Amino acid sequence: MFIINCPFCGEREQSEFKAGGEAHIVRPKQPTELSDDQWAEYLFMRKNIKGVQFERWNHAHGCRKWFNMVRDTSNDKIKAVYKMGEKPPVE
Amino acid sequence: MTKNLRVKSGKFIDETYRISFKFNGSTYYGFKGDTLSSALLANDVHLVGRSFKYHRPRGIMTAGSEEPNAIVQLHDNSSRTEPNVRATEVEIYEGLEASSQNCWPSVKFDIGGINNFLSPLLPAGFYYKTFMWPASFWEKYEYFIRRSAGLGKSPTEPDPDIYEHKYIHCDVLVVGSGISGVLAAKTAAKNGFKTLLVDEKPYLGGSTIYQKTDYFKINNQTSSSWLEKEINEIKKLKNLEIKIRTSVAAYHGYNFLLARENLTDHLPIDQRKNKIRHRLLKIRAKKVITATGSIERPMIFDNNDRPGILLSSAIKSYADFFGVATGEKNILLTNNDSAYETAISLIQKGINVEAIIDNREEVESKLLYEVEKNNIKIFKGFTVINTFGYKRINKISIKKLSKDGQKVVGSRINLSCDCLGISGGWTPAVHLFTQSGGKLKFREEDQVFIPNIYSSDQLSIGSCNGDFTLDEILINAPKSLKDFLNINNTEYDNLDIVSSTNKSKRNIWLLPSDKVLGKTKSFVDYQNDATAKDIKLALREGFRSIEHVKRYTTTGMGTDQGKLGNMHALGIISETAGAKMGELGTTTFRPPYTPLTFGTIVGRNVGEYFDIIRKTPIHNWHVEHHAKFENVGQWKRAWYYPKENENMHQAVQRESKAARESAGILDASTLGKIDIQGTDASEFLNRVYTNAWSKLAIGKCRYGLMLNEDGMVYDDGVTTRLGENHYIMTTTTGGAANVMSKLEDYLQTEWPELDVYLTSVTDHFATVSVCGPNSKKIISKVIPDLDLSDESFPHMSFKDAKIGKINCRVMRISFTGELSYEINIQANYAKSVWEKCIECGKDFDITPYGTETMHLLRAEKGFIIVGQDTDATMTPIDLQMDWIVSKKKYDFIGKRSLYRSDTIREDRKQLVGLLTENPDEVLEEGAQIVANVDKSPIEMLGHVTSSYYSPNLKKSIALGVVKGGKNMMGQKLIIPMEKKNINVTVADPVFLDKENKRLNA
Repeated sequence: MFIINCPFCGEREQSEFKAGGEAHIVRPKQPTELSDDQWAEYLFMRKNIKGVQFERWNHAHGCRKWFNMVRDTSNDKIKAVYKMGEKPPVE
Repeated sequence: MTKNLRVKSGKFIDETYRISFKFNGSTYYGFKGDTLSSALLANDVHLVGRSFKYHRPRGIMTAGSEEPNAIVQLHDNSSRTEPNVRATEVEIYEGLEASSQNCWPSVKFDIGGINNFLSPLLPAGFYYKTFMWPASFWEKYEYFIRRSAGLGKSPTEPDPDIYEHKYIHCDVLVVGSGISGVLAAKTAAKNGFKTLLVDEKPYLGGSTIYQKTDYFKINNQTSSSWLEKEINEIKKLKNLEIKIRTSVAAYHGYNFLLARENLTDHLPIDQRKNKIRHRLLKIRAKKVITATGSIERPMIFDNNDRPGILLSSAIKSYADFFGVATGEKNILLTNNDSAYETAISLIQKGINVEAIIDNREEVESKLLYEVEKNNIKIFKGFTVINTFGYKRINKISIKKLSKDGQKVVGSRINLSCDCLGISGGWTPAVHLFTQSGGKLKFREEDQVFIPNIYSSDQLSIGSCNGDFTLDEILINAPKSLKDFLNINNTEYDNLDIVSSTNKSKRNIWLLPSDKVLGKTKSFVDYQNDATAKDIKLALREGFRSIEHVKRYTTTGMGTDQGKLGNMHALGIISETAGAKMGELGTTTFRPPYTPLTFGTIVGRNVGEYFDIIRKTPIHNWHVEHHAKFENVGQWKRAWYYPKENENMHQAVQRESKAARESAGILDASTLGKIDIQGTDASEFLNRVYTNAWSKLAIGKCRYGLMLNEDGMVYDDGVTTRLGENHYIMTTTTGGAANVMSKLEDYLQTEWPELDVYLTSVTDHFATVSVCGPNSKKIISKVIPDLDLSDESFPHMSFKDAKIGKINCRVMRISFTGELSYEINIQANYAKSVWEKCIECGKDFDITPYGTETMHLLRAEKGFIIVGQDTDATMTPIDLQMDWIVSKKKYDFIGKRSLYRSDTIREDRKQLVGLLTENPDEVLEEGAQIVANVDKSPIEMLGHVTSSYYSPNLKKSIALGVVKGGKNMMGQKLIIPMEKKNINVTVADPVFLDKENKRLNA
């Protein structure tokens, strides 16, 4: 079980959080102008990387804030956490 | 009469305290401090069980948690019975009852023993190969296989014991209290670290470095007395908490460990009442030191599993710690110096050692010379090739090993014995290290896997790190502790150490024999009866991955998880396949290290504490009025209110008639409620619902449908505009939390520019819903000041009101199709308001109704229930709810998905009404719907989602989803049931009052 450093609350047990999938997938501003394929790309396609991955997490049983996290999925090491809207850290 | 094999002064035995216990129905005696295994051995009982597959007689093999054979059932046929317990870990107490497993009628005469003679017919994968065909016979085979396999019996009565969970936070956790664990704990605690030391045994000190001779000395004291002093000192340390009988089960990432603390298993049953039995410790440690020691390896040769064959180290433990001789004619087989340590201990205790068979040819060992001085015959360069004796070993055959160790040469020598100790060297207990994500490396010199790369802030020291001798441990452990704890010195930096172990070892994974392998029974996994032959067969049949060989042969898959034999399996695979051990890797070490009871895992979360129970503020009224409850998520909802001897059907028929003919009252407090405020609240609703919200006037209510981005219906409910920038949204009971979370997600991540604030108020407001043609009259009595005229208070509108001094919100909305009012009120006033409604409704025979009637009433109107009539594959179009999807809005969640190629298919499953040919026939929810039963395979068109007998329509009604159902109005379909086919007609899903006249009745 990880310890996650919530950008708003500090370090908390993983059980307080909910994972929300891949980060930085922006909802298209004009969905109606997209082809089926383009919309499907947004809707269904996720990378699921073995290694360093950018993810969304929600402090569901805490401040309820969503934030982003950089995690190495091969060893669960958390490299960084940052607020929504902030730029992802560069390696 | 059994012999007494007790010798003087076992370290942990109190000979003044005698304890009686039962094993397989016979009474035996032991002493306080004995384990079940030591007490049985003291009574000369070796045969304790039968093996899993061949039912071979098996004896106690080890003295620790790695025991594969001596697994017993405790207190059979009682509520405290426990299967698969290692006799080596059971501390005896007055009244203990244990029995053998996997044998019938008894361990001494076991019918299943015939499998031993049939064994040529039972190779690896036998069950997979034999019972695969014909498939339809499996059910018949399974019965017999399960009867003949199987270990212990699970309890059938509720567990009378109490369990609990506890969180522990510490700076340093030390796992294992052998010599390295003790010095690590002391060093950490003395340097200011808050330290926790745990050990699975009931005492500290471990077992491997227990030497009372001049060959092992520390600062001029024997190693055992030096360690004893250290143990006494650490017990006084303030910074150190010590937990014995505590076994670490799992080591997860971020130094999170689970351990089971055993608090009462060593007490007589009558002393356990009201005490916590097991405590699951959830330990979060900043730093972890594993000092888990090592497990002695057995050796693989023909018939290496007979009762009376033990690990050499176990023989030493039984003698030193429990004062028990495991035999009167002991022979040791070894490939390293450890057996000589055992021999010296036995000699000190006056226990006879007949001979030592050493695989090694030339050995320069002080320990060996000491043993030789005692006139014990040592066969150098020899090995055991076979053993004899069915229920107890009585003879071994030995032969000289060839130079390369691949063959045996020369003539056979037979030696008689009643106990054989085997020492194949040591395997570091790296289980926890690898569970934590650590990577191992293979050390060629002595053929062991040792920790290499750590995944968290942790350290392995002592023999689990591959330091097996006293001097290696005492030199290396303090050194690595200094780095790990970042300290300059320890009190162990300048010890004067005498260590006499010769480190040479002649490792042969599968000892040669003069028989062909196919004719031998050389057990690698004792518990699962996997032999060397089975492993080679698996390789011949093409298995290469160690993980596949494991599953095919079941090596390492018993309750002991192959703690003894896994390395040999790897060794045999590597030799046979010509692969390097280091490249082969090991199988995964999975938690728990030793089995946990279910009680430990669930702790206090049993019975009514199994899950959170949510009750509405009106709950007690329902209880007082004999409601039956149903679980909706965590909520307890009144299901129906039976009168006298009514069954559910009768109650529901009465309740639904009452609601349509006069008045009904429903506790709707469980509906999710979200308070939405902010200048962009209307825009926000526009984006999350499929219909338009901007033009909803203040004081009006509107039904909304929420989709997922994939276009599928997610939730629904009525939202009311309370003010310019203020709405209250209702959600389904089960969906409330998810809807809240989804809305927060969009607000925070996609539309942070919107000025909107969400607050969950589900628990703050209760909802009393009064419906039926007389509801207006009742509400006018409950709230006399409220203008209920249709002009002032039409359908789908809301008014603030007061009941006495209590503020409430009244919504005129309907889920039943009847005229109906919902009073929302602060939760703590809810019961009094409910009771007032009942009081005011008396003249109209107001009838409380539960969720079942609510479901029936809404089904008559064709209103969907999200989650019952939908299943995350239904779009609003599929539900024939096109009317609620705005064509004008540019975007809302899920809009684009409504015209993907898949969602516009005409033959999607669509919601329809179903009427049975026989109006009294009620369909089963979930039943399949087909058109043609003659053509095989029958095409499934859909299924029934809701089905009731409607007392108002006096016929059966149902909703269902059917492929292309929209265009099948009036068409005949079939519901095939087990005993008959039911004919139905596709109908409009709105069965009652299509014109909605009743809303304004």
